[in-house]
Formats: sequence, structure tokens, C-alpha cells
Amino acid sequence: MYIDPHVHMVSRTTDDYQRMALAGCVAITEPAFWAGYDRSTAQGFHDYFRMLTDFEPRRAAQFGIRHHTWLCINPKESEDVGLAREVLSIIPSFLECPSVLGIGEIGLNKNSRNEMTVLEEHIALAMKHNLLILVHTPHLEDKLKGTHLIMDALRNQGADPGRVLIDHVEEHTVRPVLDRGFWAGMTLYPDTKCTPQRAADIFEMHGTDRLWINSAGDWGVSDPLAVPKCQDELRRRGHLLETIRKVSYDNPRTFLSQSGRFSAPERA
Amino acid sequence: MGTPLTKQAVADLYFLEHRAKVLDLAAFLDRFDRAAGPGEDDFRVHALRAAVTLLLDGQPERARRVLELWSDRSGEPIDRAPMKGALGAMPLDGKGGR
Repeated sequence: MYIDPHVHMVSRTTDDYQRMALAGCVAITEPAFWAGYDRSTAQGFHDYFRMLTDFEPRRAAQFGIRHHTWLCINPKESEDVGLAREVLSIIPSFLECPSVLGIGEIGLNKNSRNEMTVLEEHIALAMKHNLLILVHTPHLEDKLKGTHLIMDALRNQGADPGRVLIDHVEEHTVRPVLDRGFWAGMTLYPDTKCTPQRAADIFEMHGTDRLWINSAGDWGVSDPLAVPKCQDELRRRGHLLETIRKVSYDNPRTFLSQSGRFSAPERA
Repeated sequence: MGTPLTKQAVADLYFLEHRAKVLDLAAFLDRFDRAAGPGEDDFRVHALRAAVTLLLDGQPERARRVLELWSDRSGEPIDRAPMKGALGAMPLDGKGGR
């Protein structure tokens, strides 16, 4: 049994839901993200949010998977501050949907000033509505700098780090994130983030508290079965079943339950 | 929580996988050397070679230090995003690369 707390199912096939269910997935959360192209209007985001809050929960339910979501305009589309503000203005109308857990995945992409502005306005929206925050940290060479800028912005706005998950951490960012009291997520990607082996190494070096794993499966090279593959890696090394359950089920459940809306079956 | 594996078990479990990765890296550098035309000073290849040196320095936390070596170490936001994607490393001299 496992939870994948970050996966973009709008980009995946129904077969993937079926395979995830067979591998033990019981619940997922799906952050709003970049579609691979820039949407031209806020109406495009309105339709996307309907897909996240209506269609995907029904598609997941066919396979016994509970679907939850996070809303935002992704940092890759934050360079246009005017459009971002239009999108921010429609988010409150979706906040009463029962599967919306909070604001995400917000953060930075290239660490630009406009991205910072839009990040700060998302943080303010989350705090105004007392919502959890899911943070995207930048890719590759931009990650270290962006992670520190994001943590500073959250601190400056008074966000409670216990209600913020900072995602896509790797060996150079996991310790600063945990030391500042945030939750941290490791994304299991074939090439550009953590492999299951490196994620297992990070657990061994930094412990299992406030740390989870996810597939972030999307329209690129990614693997919606990455979480069970990491479970298998931990098992192969001889880690206790209790440890494997903690990082792939208990930790996400504990963090996400703070929303008051997260639902996953009690573990077997 | 530490690793439950012995050094022998680590070698037994992972040697072949990483033998293949070292050969891939060697073949990539050979391919780069054989290729003609522009690109001799590609900053990413310089960054890769610098990382290989770091792997052999005998110090711990190599993965963290390689990632830091390839990271943008500036502290202020940039004026405008020049593109959507990322390149994987920064020029080691802090110039160009974008």
C-alpha cells in the first residue's frame, strides 16, 4: 500500500491508474502544473481546474484510488504577472471543492523577479485561506539558489513550515529544508531528479522524519510506478517494513491530513 | 537510520550497474573528443570533467558536492527568465552559458 503525493495524472493514461492500483496505490495528490506550453487565458486555467477537481477524481475512483489536488499557476507561466493575477483571482472559487488540499505546486523556475512576485502572491493567498502549500523547486543548476529564495520568501511572509512541503529536494537541498522545519519531498525521475537508489541513500543519511517520495509522473520522461520501485529498493537493502511504510504512506498521510480533506484508507 | 548493508553487499548489489555507468561516461567523453566542429569549450563538458575529479578526492558526500559544483551560487533573483528549461550545470568560471 502506498500514497503518491505528487503525480500529474491529467498527462497519464487510464492504464496508468490501473497499473498504480495493482502496485498498491490507494491515494494520490495532483498539483497544478505547466502543460508543456503557455496557456493564453485565465479561462484555460479555469477549464484545467475543473479537470483537476471533477474529472480526475472520478477517473481515479474507478480503480479505488482517492484523488486530491492543489491549485495555482505554475512558476513556468509566472513571467506574465498580469495573467498570473487573473488566474490567482479565480482560484478562490474552487477552494470549496472537497478534493482541494491547498496551493501548489508554487515556487520558482528560473529564479526571476516576476516569478518571485507571483510566488509571494500565492503564499499570501494560501495564508489568507489557511491552506497547505506544496512547493516546486527549480530544476538542475537553478535548484540550490531557488530553494533558498523560496524558503526566505515563506519565512518573510510568516508561513508555518510545518504546513509547507518543499518538493524535488536532492542531496544539496534536503538538509537546509529539513533544518528550517519544512517537510521535504524527493521526486523519483529517471534522469533529472532522484533515482530510487539515491532516495534510499538520502533516507539513510538524513532519516525519515518529514520526508516523503513521489513520482511526479507527467507528460515527460517519468515513471508513475516510481514509488513502489523505491519501496522495493529499500526492501532490497534490508530496511524494516515499518520504515518503508513510514516514508511511502504514513508521512504523506500525516502531512496531508492537516488539510482536513485528505482521505486514504487505514493501512493494512 | 544508516544502511543495513555491508561494504561487500554494496559491491555485490551495485557493481555491475555502476561499471556500466562508468563505461557510458568514458564512451561519452571519447565521442566528444572524436566529434568535429564547434563546442570544444562547452561549459557543461568542463563541469562534467571537474565533477569526475571531485569523485576521486576521497572525501564524503560526493553527490551533494557534485550538485553544488554544478549549481548557480548567486543569491539574487534575475531580471527575467531567459527560457523555461535548465542546462544542468553552470560555467565554472561564472561566465556565459545561457
